[in-house]
Order: sequence, then structure tokens, then C-alpha cells
Amino acid sequence: MRKLLLYIIILTTGIVFLARLFYLQIMDESFTVRSQDNAIEIVYDYPQRGYISDRNGKLMVSNQPSYDVMAIPRNLKPFDTTEFCKILSIEPEELGRRLDKAKIYSPILPSVIIPQLTKAEYAYLQEKMRKYEGFYIQKRSLRDYQVDHSANVLGYIAQVNQQKINEDPYYISGDLIGRSGVEKVYEDLLRGKKGVKYIQKDRFNRNIGPYKDGIYDTLPTKGKDITITIDAQLQAYGEKLMENKRGGIVAIEPESGEILSLITAPNYDPSLLVGRKRSPNYTRLYYDSIARPLYDRGLLAEYPPGSPFKTLTALIGLQEGVVDTDDTFSCNNGYNYGARRPLGCHSHPSPLDMVPGIAHSCNSYFAQVYRKTIEKFPTPQEGINTWNKHLKSFGLGQFMGNDLSTGRPGKIPDAEYYNQIYDYPTYEWYATATISNAIGQGEVLMTPIQLANMTAIIANRGWYYTPHILKKIEGDPIKEEKFTKKNKTTIDPKHFEPVVEGMHQVYKKGTASSLQIPGIEIAGKTGTAENFTEIDGKRTQLTDHSIFIAFAPVDDPKIAIAVFVENGYWGSRYAGRIASLMVEKYLKKEITRTDMEDWILNHSLKEEYAKPLSGEPFRINQ
Amino acid sequence: MGKSATGFDWITILIYLLLVGFGWANIYSASLAEDHSDFFEFSQIYSKQALWIILSFLLVIILLSIEAKFYQRFSSVIYAISLLSLAGLFIFGSTIAGQTAWYQIGPVSIQPAEFAKAATALAVAKYLSGIQTNIKDFTHQLRVFLIVGLPMLLVLLQPDAGSAMIYFSFAFALYREGLHFAYLLLGFFAAILFVATLAFGPLWVIGGVLIILILTYLKNLKRRPNLIKYLFFAAVAVGFSLSVNYVFQNVFKQHHRDRFNIVLGREVDSRGIGYNTNQSEIAIGSGGLFGKGWTEGTQTKGHFVPEQHTDYIFSTVGEEWGFLGSTFIIGLFVLLMLRLIYLAERQRSTFNRVYGYGVIGIIFMHFLVNIGMVIGIFPTVGIPLPFLSYGGSGLWGFTILLFIFVKLDSERMSFN
Repeated sequence: MRKLLLYIIILTTGIVFLARLFYLQIMDESFTVRSQDNAIEIVYDYPQRGYISDRNGKLMVSNQPSYDVMAIPRNLKPFDTTEFCKILSIEPEELGRRLDKAKIYSPILPSVIIPQLTKAEYAYLQEKMRKYEGFYIQKRSLRDYQVDHSANVLGYIAQVNQQKINEDPYYISGDLIGRSGVEKVYEDLLRGKKGVKYIQKDRFNRNIGPYKDGIYDTLPTKGKDITITIDAQLQAYGEKLMENKRGGIVAIEPESGEILSLITAPNYDPSLLVGRKRSPNYTRLYYDSIARPLYDRGLLAEYPPGSPFKTLTALIGLQEGVVDTDDTFSCNNGYNYGARRPLGCHSHPSPLDMVPGIAHSCNSYFAQVYRKTIEKFPTPQEGINTWNKHLKSFGLGQFMGNDLSTGRPGKIPDAEYYNQIYDYPTYEWYATATISNAIGQGEVLMTPIQLANMTAIIANRGWYYTPHILKKIEGDPIKEEKFTKKNKTTIDPKHFEPVVEGMHQVYKKGTASSLQIPGIEIAGKTGTAENFTEIDGKRTQLTDHSIFIAFAPVDDPKIAIAVFVENGYWGSRYAGRIASLMVEKYLKKEITRTDMEDWILNHSLKEEYAKPLSGEPFRINQ
Repeated sequence: MGKSATGFDWITILIYLLLVGFGWANIYSASLAEDHSDFFEFSQIYSKQALWIILSFLLVIILLSIEAKFYQRFSSVIYAISLLSLAGLFIFGSTIAGQTAWYQIGPVSIQPAEFAKAATALAVAKYLSGIQTNIKDFTHQLRVFLIVGLPMLLVLLQPDAGSAMIYFSFAFALYREGLHFAYLLLGFFAAILFVATLAFGPLWVIGGVLIILILTYLKNLKRRPNLIKYLFFAAVAVGFSLSVNYVFQNVFKQHHRDRFNIVLGREVDSRGIGYNTNQSEIAIGSGGLFGKGWTEGTQTKGHFVPEQHTDYIFSTVGEEWGFLGSTFIIGLFVLLMLRLIYLAERQRSTFNRVYGYGVIGIIFMHFLVNIGMVIGIFPTVGIPLPFLSYGGSGLWGFTILLFIFVKLDSERMSFN
């Protein structure tokens, strides 16, 4: 026993030590981090962010240098707060708050204390900087906008948030990151790669040379310059036309799927979101819950498409063989399908076959084509699902898979949807219950970009490239398969000709005959969509949305456009005029119909938008 | 060497060489960083140690050439010289960092406390091997305590509480020779009360002790326990706890209190008083499984751990050689101590055996306190890690301590 005791004590000690070392060296990872924290300082070198140009090579976004005052809380020494606050025009309490926040983020990593100094502030502060130990100035590059439009397309950059820092180890506090638009989607291309220097520190925080002789150090890589598909001139013109209106315009080059314009109204100047005024400006835009300037209507607003949808009803009818172009349908100011109220229509010659049916936008014609399509099948469920399948091939009712930072799928109902709302199989439902779909009302919802893409498909007679915004990277055209592979619809190309002819006739003698462009053969379709809002909990109808789709020239389409003006009354009133002007601007580079241009520029819908907010009774569709 | 010589124990010698060699590699790395800015100074620390190591090899040859009988015969003289050298410090010694522990002779400073351990081990061995000596006899116990206590007191007066503490290690040798287990138990119990009082305060400890005693008393009620014994024990425990608290609050200096508080987890302060331990843990912890490689330790290079080439040398091992290197060193020490126990047990003479246990106890105490401190499970007590820490006196002290025993062992078959 006496011999054994020391054995046991020695072995126990050895085991306890090894257990403790196992914990320190293997189990607890935090020591490695803390070691790097206090022995190695990481210095970053930020590269230039890539430039953004439009499709014609016009520079839209470049960079300007910016200087942030950074602090490493652990290295701070007492300093002359009064002077410091005076130079940087900041309240001492605010400075205290920011330093506390920096300390909470990390006592040993840098935090931005005062972002984006002006050049004058920087010049003055730089001389005094050595008096403020623990502070230093980090140079970054900020955006310099060469245009005052396209804010929704370009997006903006801002300091990365904590969530992103946790997700992606590339980012550290204070880094700038694309938060919306092209800046967000192509962040990886545009940002480049920051350079890193590891500097070995001693315990007095003195620099004792590069860590491991700099083998881990990297040089910054400049961000890639990109060309986007936007036509800056057309974009600027569209934004001008949309002043004092709300809605969206999307223009696409049918043969490539390139987005020529992506306009939302109201908009804002992209320069508002740069520099130290960024934060108050952003707050103001963000809290404008009425005009919603940050809401990209071209991509997000899901509207009932209205009459332009009739072209799809015709195409599906032809494909399913339930209608021939010569078949006529009569219209007696509407279509009585057995409900309490017939589906109304306006006055026009009757009966009509397909081409004039489209030209005059006859509700009755399309209601009957739609009904025949659905009723071709033994059950309405099969009918609706076939109809749904055709529409899906146009990219409707789903996310398009484009390269835009935001979007909505819209809605194309299917059998399951109606089974649910009509409580099938307890109750049966029939084609007539869904008859409003025929004319783009009912349950169908589309975003302006889906409407524009639909127009491009008709222009192409049956196929499309997924719409996209990126054209070139460093001058090389994109090769991504998603945007260079044709998507074919389920409609035979031969069925498109009568529809195109109908749309051509819309201009020739139909609902848009006043909007013809001299010398350009154009095809289009008006739309007027009823819409409702809730005022004091009561469903209230508002002035109809004005909708228009068009493409031109008819035989060699260069542009397909969809215009959506909220509460613009009927299709040709606002949307039709704007579409017509846009097409002329794009194809001719000049406007011959200045009176039409003046009419649009001088007409405001502000009164219309004020009505539901006035709290007083109001009349619509005046 | 006489006819009865059976050769030196090469296992012990090999472990010694490994420890000294590995120690020097780590001192090189630690001192490389320390005086990065001053080339002249930097060249001295590790080359000085290299010189000490070479000299200690010469010392080994001398130690092994001297006849084993010499150590036994002259143990009293060696002990007396050692005591004188300790006492002489108060007249001739020079004071560094508040401790009067060194003789300054030219460029060399000598720390007699490092040699006194071996001298005391010889003296204890000599006394216990006496034919009349009976360790169970109280008077003899007092004499042994006096032999150990004298140098301990002189060291404590320097003041060097850490080195003084080492003398408790003779308890192992005494226990081996028949000292009642109660002494060890009492010491162990006192240590627990001591730490518990500091950790939880005297009220809780006294309360806890009383509850345990009452419960034990009630449980044993049928066996008619001796109430007086229980009361006596309770009174001693309460008195001890209160006096520990008194000493801690009034006799200890603030930096002693701080050190205990850190290890007991009462303070968290990475730049303040817990700095040494904290930095040492970071260095070791960041080493991982394989370590950062020799002279590649970022903490070592940045000299974040104070006294890294001396008392904290093990943190360099941990950072640069990782868990594998740390395990290697701990393994070497454990192996060395177990080997020494084996050697001590095969001695025929009491003198040899007692001396061997003295050596084991001293090495173990340093190992326990030093590594325990460096890895943060022991209070900060400034004593070196045998064979690895920088310092000529320390290296020579341990070399003498160990190789006297190697010599004794090699002649264990001879009569004396």
C-alpha cells in the first residue's frame, strides 16, 4: 500500500493533466480564435467595385472614394472627445453609443464609427488622426451614379448586416454589399475580392512583421465590369413618361430575351442612397407606404392582366382545336352563360370571327372560346388543368427564373384550386364558374414582366428566352444556358399568325387605332382591368387599371412591351399612349407625335390616387 | 567504481537527455521571440542555456565519478553548507523582483535554493537511515520535520513561497518509511478545507463540516460514538477554517489573493491579474492536435505569455507541438517518476531508498505545481519545470538531485 500510493498519485496527476490539455487543445476551439485575435492583425485592402454600363456602352455606375472612421475598441486610449466630435459633427452621446456597440460586436475587430466622410472632413481629420489612438481611416469605394434613373434596376449597396456576416465568412462588419437590383444579384462579380495582409503582433500590439512571411497574404482583385441589357435612353424616357403616375413598364427584345427597360413608378434618384445622407433618405423612401417608391411594380405587382390575356385564350382554343379562325360568335352586348348577370361587352359589329374579335376585344367571343376549351374535356378539372399547362409554358403562374433580385409568380389557377374553393366533390363546378379567366379577370394574376414576356412570345410566334438583365461580363457576352436556351410553348407556331394579325388590327381599326406610329407596323392589345380596394373594411371599386401590350415591327419584332398604369381608366388612354411613345422612341430614336407626348407628360393621376385616401365619397372611371 | 557496480540506469539518463534537449528547443523558440528587437540580448538567452546544458553534462560525469559512499558520508556537511548559503543570502545576496534569492558572481547569478533541495534530501535520507531512528517515534518525527523545516523557513523568508512549498514533498519519503497515514490524510483534509474556505467562505465550510459531523454522529448513534472526539474534530475544523480566512485576508498580499481568486474562478479579467494564466491557456489551446510547428507559435513569437522561457515554458510546448507534444512531455515525466519509484524500491539501503523518494517527491511537486499552473488548474506559483525551464541554477540543481541517485543506484549492491 505504501508503495502503491505514490504510483496512484503520479498516474492520476498525469491523467488529469492530459484531460485538461485535451479540453484546451482539442475540444475547445475558442482558444485558436482568441490566439488569432490577439497575435495576428488582419488588414484589408478593398478593391474597386465593377462598373455598370448599359447595352450601348453608356457608363451608368462608377465609383468614388470614401473614407470611414474605424475603431478597434481594445486599442482606444482616452482622447479629446470634444474636439473629435466637433471635427466630425457628431454628438458625444451618439459617439458613446457607437463605441459601445463596436465593443459589443468585438473588442479586437474594427467597427465603422463614422461612415463616409466628405473629402473636406477627411482632409482635416487625417492630420489629427494620430492623436486618436485606436481609430483609423479605412478607404473604400462608394458608388458614383452617372444617371439619375434606373434606381430599381441598379439597386444599391449598403453596409452588410450581421445576419449576412454570420452566414458568409467573406464579409466583416463595415463591408459594403449589394442589397437590391443588379448590385445584389451580381454581387459576386462586382465586388471583386478584397486583399488581406496578416500582420504578426506582439503583446504590446506592436507590428513585428508579416505572419509566416506573408504566405497567406493576398492582393485585392478588382470587381468585374458588367454590361446590362437596359437601354439607358429608353429607360430614362419611360421614367419621364411615368412621372405622376403609378405602375410599371417592361420592355424586352424578343429575339434575345434581353430586358430593354424595367420601369417602376414612382421612382427615385439612385444618388439618394449614397453617402452619409443614405440612411435618412432610405428611411423616407421606406416609410412612404402610399407611393411605395422602393416597390418594383414591374416585377412585384400582380395585376389582373385584363384583355391582353384574350390572345392566350385564342391561342389555347386554336391549339385544342375547339375553334377555327373563321368560326364566328355573336355578341349581344355581352355573353349570357346562365348566370344571374351576363358577361358584359361594349358595342361593336357582331357576329365576329377571330381577327376582328381580337381587334374589337369582344368579351363574348373569348368567353365562348374559353368555355369550349374547358368543355372539350369530360370534366372541368381536366379542362382547367390543360388550360393551366398551356399557360405554364408561357412562364405564367411561376417564378420565371430570371436574374432579377426580386419577383412574384403571379397566379394561374388549376383544378385543385377550384375544387377547394367550390368544396368539390360535395359541390360540382363547371367551366362557366371560371368564365372571367377568358378575359384576364377572374383568378388570373400577372406581373408586368410576365405580361411583357407573353408579348415577346407572341412576337416570336411561340418561343422565348428567359428574360434577363446581364448582357456582358468584362465585354464577353454571357453564356449561361438558362438565358441562351430557347423555351418553347405548347402552342403550335402556326396558330400565332391569326393572333398577331388580330393584334395588328387593334392598331389598324380596333381599340388602339388612334395610337399608330407613322412608318412602323405595330401589333398590340389594350386592357382595362377592374380593381378593388378596401376602405374602412368595405370593398370599394377604384378606377380601372390601364393596360397595354405591344410589339413592333410586326414582321421583325425588335421590342415587346407591357405597360401598366394603375387607375389609368381604359387601355389606350394612358398605357396605350405610353407604349406607343416608347416603341417609337426605341425604333426611331425620336418622337414625331409631340402632342401625344405632351398629353402624357402633362397628365397626372395624383388626384385619382388621392381619392381613396380622402375619406370622402368619390366617383370612378371619369 | 567498485566491483559491485551494476551500471547506470540508462532509461533514466535517456529521459533526462530528452527532457533537457526538448526543453532547450523550446527555450530557443521562446527567447527568439522575446528579444526580437535586440539581437545582442537574444543571442544570449538560448546560447546561455546551451552553455549551462553542456556544463551540466560535465557535472554529470563528475557526479557519477564520485564514489557513492561520499554522498552518504558527507551528507551532513553538504546540508550544513547549503543552510549556510541560504542564510548568507540575507547578508550577501542580491534582490531581484523583491526576492533575495541570488548570489551575483560576475555575470552569473546562483540561486542556492535550487541546490538546497538535493542537500535536504541527502540529510533526510541520512537521518532516517540511522539505526536508532524510528519514524513512528514522535521525537524523531520532530527532528525530521526540523531537518526539512530549516531550509524551508530560510527559503520562505526570501520570500519564495513557491520553492518553500516543495519541501512538503518529503512527506512522500517519510510516508514510505512508515510515517502514519494520518499525517498525509490530515494534510490532504487541511488542503481541502483551505481551498473550500477560500472558494466558499468560512461560514459555508463550517456549516458543511458541522452538518457532516452531526449526520455521521447520528448515524453511528447505536455504536455509542465518542462525543468528545467529534467535538474536538469540529473545533479543529472550525478553528482551521477561520484561521485560513484570517491569514488569507490579513497576512496574504493582494497579489497572492488575486492568484487564488483567478484559479477559483472568482475573477474574469483577460488583461488584469489573470493575464498570465489566460495567455498561457490561449497559447496552449491554440496549439491544437499537432501544434503550430517549432518557432511558428504566434503567441510565443508575440511574447504574450510572460516568463515563457522560464516558468511558462510548457505553454510553448503546448502551442508549437500541440496535444501530441504536451502528451510526450507529460508522458516522459510520468515515465521518469515511475522508473525512479522502481529504482528506489530495488535499493538495499534505507539511505538510498529515502533519497530516491526524496528525488521523486521533489520532481513530482514541481511537475504538479508548474504544469497545473500553466494549464490553469492551479494557482500561479512561480516554480520552474524540472529540466525544461530556463535557468542554470535550476538545471544544475535538478541534475545534481537526479544523478546522485543514478550513482547511488549503480552501486546499490555494495555494502555500506
